Amino acid sequence: MKAFTYQRADTTAHAAAATAKPGAKIIAGGTNLLDLMKLQVETPSQLIDINHLPLDKVEETSEGGLRIGALVRNSDLAADPRVRQRYGVLSRALLAGASAQLRNKATTGGNLLQRTRCYYFYDITKPCNKRSPGAGCAALEGFNRIHAILGTSEQCIATHPSDMAVAMRALDAIVETVDRKGDTRTIPIAEFHRLPGDTPEIETSLKPGEIITAVALPPPPRGVQVYRKVRDRASYAFALVSVAAIVDSARGRIRSARLAFGGLAHKPWRSPQAEQELVNAAVGTSTFNAAANAVLDGARGFGDNDFKIPLTRRTLHSVLAETTGT
Amino acid sequence: MEMNSPVGPNALDAPGIVGKPIDRVDGRLKVTGGARYAYEMQQKTVLYGFVVEASIGKGTIRSIDTRAAEKAPGVVLVLTHRNAPTQGTGNHREAHPVLTGPQVTRYGQPVAFVVAESFEEARAAAYLVDVKYDWSSGKYALRANVDEGRIPKPSDAPAADSAVGDFAAAFAGAPVQIDVTYTTPLQSHAMMEPHATLAMWDDNKLILHTANQMLNQGQQVIATTLKIPLENIRLISPFIGGGFGGKLWVNADAILAAIAARQLKRPVKIALTRQQIFHVTTHRSDTIQRIRLGTDREGRILAIGHDVFSGNLPSEQTYEGAALQTRTLYAGPNRLTRHRLVPLDIPVASSMRAPGEAVGLMALECAMDELAEKLDLDPIELRMRNEPSEDPEKHIPYSSRHLVACMQEGARRFGWDKRNPKPGQVRDGRWLVGIGMAAATRGNPLRLSKANVRLDPDGNATVRMAMTDIGTGTYTILAQITAEMLGLPMERVVVELGDTSFPEAAGSGGSFGAGSSGSALFEACDALREKLARIAGMDPATARFADGNIASGEKSVRLTDLVGTGLDADGEIQPGRNNRDFSQQSYGAHFVEVGVDADTGEVRVRRMLGVFTAGRVLNAKTARSQAIGGMVFGVGAALHEGMTLDPRFGYFVNRDLAEYLVPVHADIPAIEAIFLAELDNESNPLKSKGIGELGICGAGASIANAVYNACGVRIRDYPITLDKLLTGLPVRA
Ligand SMILES: Cc1cc2nc3c(=O)[nH]c(=O)nc-3n(C[C@H](O)[C@H](O)[C@H](O)COP(=O)(O)OP(=O)(O)OC[C@H]3O[C@@H](n4cnc5c(N)ncnc54)[C@H](O)[C@@H]3O)c2cc1C
Ligand code: SF4
Repeated sequence: MKAFTYQRADTTAHAAAATAKPGAKIIAGGTNLLDLMKLQVETPSQLIDINHLPLDKVEETSEGGLRIGALVRNSDLAADPRVRQRYGVLSRALLAGASAQLRNKATTGGNLLQRTRCYYFYDITKPCNKRSPGAGCAALEGFNRIHAILGTSEQCIATHPSDMAVAMRALDAIVETVDRKGDTRTIPIAEFHRLPGDTPEIETSLKPGEIITAVALPPPPRGVQVYRKVRDRASYAFALVSVAAIVDSARGRIRSARLAFGGLAHKPWRSPQAEQELVNAAVGTSTFNAAANAVLDGARGFGDNDFKIPLTRRTLHSVLAETTGT
Repeated sequence: MEMNSPVGPNALDAPGIVGKPIDRVDGRLKVTGGARYAYEMQQKTVLYGFVVEASIGKGTIRSIDTRAAEKAPGVVLVLTHRNAPTQGTGNHREAHPVLTGPQVTRYGQPVAFVVAESFEEARAAAYLVDVKYDWSSGKYALRANVDEGRIPKPSDAPAADSAVGDFAAAFAGAPVQIDVTYTTPLQSHAMMEPHATLAMWDDNKLILHTANQMLNQGQQVIATTLKIPLENIRLISPFIGGGFGGKLWVNADAILAAIAARQLKRPVKIALTRQQIFHVTTHRSDTIQRIRLGTDREGRILAIGHDVFSGNLPSEQTYEGAALQTRTLYAGPNRLTRHRLVPLDIPVASSMRAPGEAVGLMALECAMDELAEKLDLDPIELRMRNEPSEDPEKHIPYSSRHLVACMQEGARRFGWDKRNPKPGQVRDGRWLVGIGMAAATRGNPLRLSKANVRLDPDGNATVRMAMTDIGTGTYTILAQITAEMLGLPMERVVVELGDTSFPEAAGSGGSFGAGSSGSALFEACDALREKLARIAGMDPATARFADGNIASGEKSVRLTDLVGTGLDADGEIQPGRNNRDFSQQSYGAHFVEVGVDADTGEVRVRRMLGVFTAGRVLNAKTARSQAIGGMVFGVGAALHEGMTLDPRFGYFVNRDLAEYLVPVHADIPAIEAIFLAELDNESNPLKSKGIGELGICGAGASIANAVYNACGVRIRDYPITLDKLLTGLPVRA
């Protein structure tokens, strides 16, 4: 860990302005950032602590949704009765993540911005384009069991590890930010995280000095909400594949469906084509198959993670069967 | 005392404190933070060290620039091969020299050691040490290099090969044959407490507070390495946060801290980071195991063969003895076991909980399951048909063996009769449900141990030995033995362990800890009883010790009236003829039910039962904890654990506890372990046998067998992760 200065932000504007300086970095729960600093993957020269900002409330919005402050802890959000009643998929996704201790510290903003768990990214003695652009990607021909099969590039095949963000993607959440000038903006979650392309080091559409203040959830869509996380042990493991599904069906027909996937890509993945296959279709294997084919269109394995292709197919079948009661 | 003859009736036979499920005497200290571990020991002028690891698998250091690190805040010393002292050499059980030269023989080898006023300063400066390497090509992966396997010749383990009869001919002619190859992965001990040391010098005497399982052994290794007399070294280790074999030998933390402390004339402490532990310390080798079983049509074994490949540094002889249990577990006239060691340029492979059996049974007991299916025989019946009447290779009797009773009792309790032998038949919603079993066996070694027990006029007995308690409950069982033998309440017994200024002891490892240290203490207590009886004018053979008194006939005297200013006695135990003339093992049987998600292939254990016999149980509670802890280890071995080697760099990729998976609470459902009554008159004066590793032995195989029973997919490549099962599961789509 490199020596750094520490500053407590009093206001959101102050935090944004302070973060705009080169080398400055926000610290929220610190559960990801501190780990990375200890390994010198992250080497901020200044930490801006935002934990005292009044961003820790979950409020109703006028449209009938919820606005979640950036500092709301993962455990508090998962336990919020409104979230549990109306956004079960989010509550379950949160509880499927990390451990109780980590969830008590982890914040909504930090969770969205947590970095990949790619082993090589975590080890500064190994080539990694995300850490040092141009150095090469050790995972491409290395051990890549946890890596992406969709939206990859020759530069990076890392995944985004969040569970929460996958549920938020299915819920069409909106990220609210403020920048150093005090200007606010809203970013649909679909545009918030980026694919690696040629610049895997740029992971989101946040600009320097722009910080997350809240995440707004539109009113919940109709339908049964399910979060299924497939993992190597029963708890405290990242998703190999996860599916957040909200499916509205009746009498053997699907009226609407939203599907978001974790563990497959550099961002929470959605496939409009797959959802299209489901809308107005009859519940059943051939419909589910069509959806799976659409999701996996263009999927590519890199060796150790080839299994994610059949695993995604099977998990999606299982989740669709569950949400449609078949 | 040498174990040369059977133990007759003794003071432990009557029901008493020994055997009771007494809470750990150090439990309160541990949960309140009162138990201080090596890294928590405080010293005013202490300095902190941080290791710089080699980031190549093999090669030489071309240059090492320490200038920036030396100038960094707080730094007082940067040790490298250029300024480290010359040290003694040997294999990892004899010496642990560090920073010996520019040669890099393995990934993670310490190449520099940065010492600073604070931990943070040392760590920050460690990243400033600029090392440039010339790579040479290394041999890293076991499978890719099996052709180079050689016969290992360790001085402290059984011979690599054994043969009885004519295996080849018998196997070839056997009407029913199984010929299967299983592989187990590289494993890390993953104990909670990292390797840590606080080193300080008092003139030419070295004091090390260090996390180490076998202090007397450690003292020897340090003496050889630092080239100083053994008497000048004191190791202190009253509490150890787990070891599982990872702290059996001396690791780099102790030597680096000792060297730096000597050079700086100040105490130096160091704790390895979790990531460093994976490379800087030892691990369990991966194995490739071929099992061949030939039987007649009734399932009686005619030929049994077990070939094992494991790997280690070229300079090491330690092999993973995965075929050792195959020499004694089942009958059969024609036998062949062979271990081959492949020289590899990766960190040192050494003992991890139940070295040999833990992974050997994961192959053998699955092969037995495969054999049972081929014969259309119940797996328990198959094992009963091959129950030997004597050790089939050594032709000596078993000291005690109740494997059959364990299997039968377990079957009854678990509901084995409800198992459908045809795989893939039982469903519970999404889950395919299966049941499996496996036998457990683990050798019962005995090692030299000494003890001193002293009774003071205040009525307190104090036990001293250089024994360790690595979390197993040693303090508690030693207090129980003392209380029982001297007729004192538990509160009157003080047990002091973990200090080489106390009488030499076996330490904790290889399941020999309780039996060896407890027996030495038993002997010491017996000697003290004799002294007390003589002073009281009573016949030691008939005197009764209870409630702080010694009594004979009508006469009763308070012990405190006999001890003057204090009375003590020594005791000692050594292996003897019994350890050659009897085949000594603990036994057990595992039963497990698993669910396999029919869609995703996720395996989740639903319930587990272990039924064991291990001689006298010294404390029902700590014994159960050891047993279920071992079974949890088995769950990890079967389903989760494995270091992945990246052969491009010669390193273990998943080197933290977020990616090296061990079971968590949610992975362990209903789990039960019971011990059947047994006394072993040949093992030691306590009539006990080892239990620290028994629980893991066979546990993994029972899970693999249950997975097969659940879904009909036989995975011979551990761990059984979902990706391996997927293709064999029912079709979706
Ligand atoms: C062992 C382990 C297991 C885990 N398992 C899971 C899992 O299964 N599923 C899962 O989803 N997650 C898992 N996590 C990750 C965990 O969810 C994240 O570490 C956590 O959500 C990060 O939140 P934080 O508040 O601690 O972020 P921090 O570590 O404080 O910050 C993370 C990043 O976000 C930035 N940041 C934080 N807040 C803001 C803001 N308001 N505006 C702008 N930038 C900001 C920081 O500068 C930093 O770059 C695991 C973590 C660990 C250590
Ligand atoms: S996958 Fe991405 S994060 Fe991992 S090594 Fe390659 S570039 Fe780095």
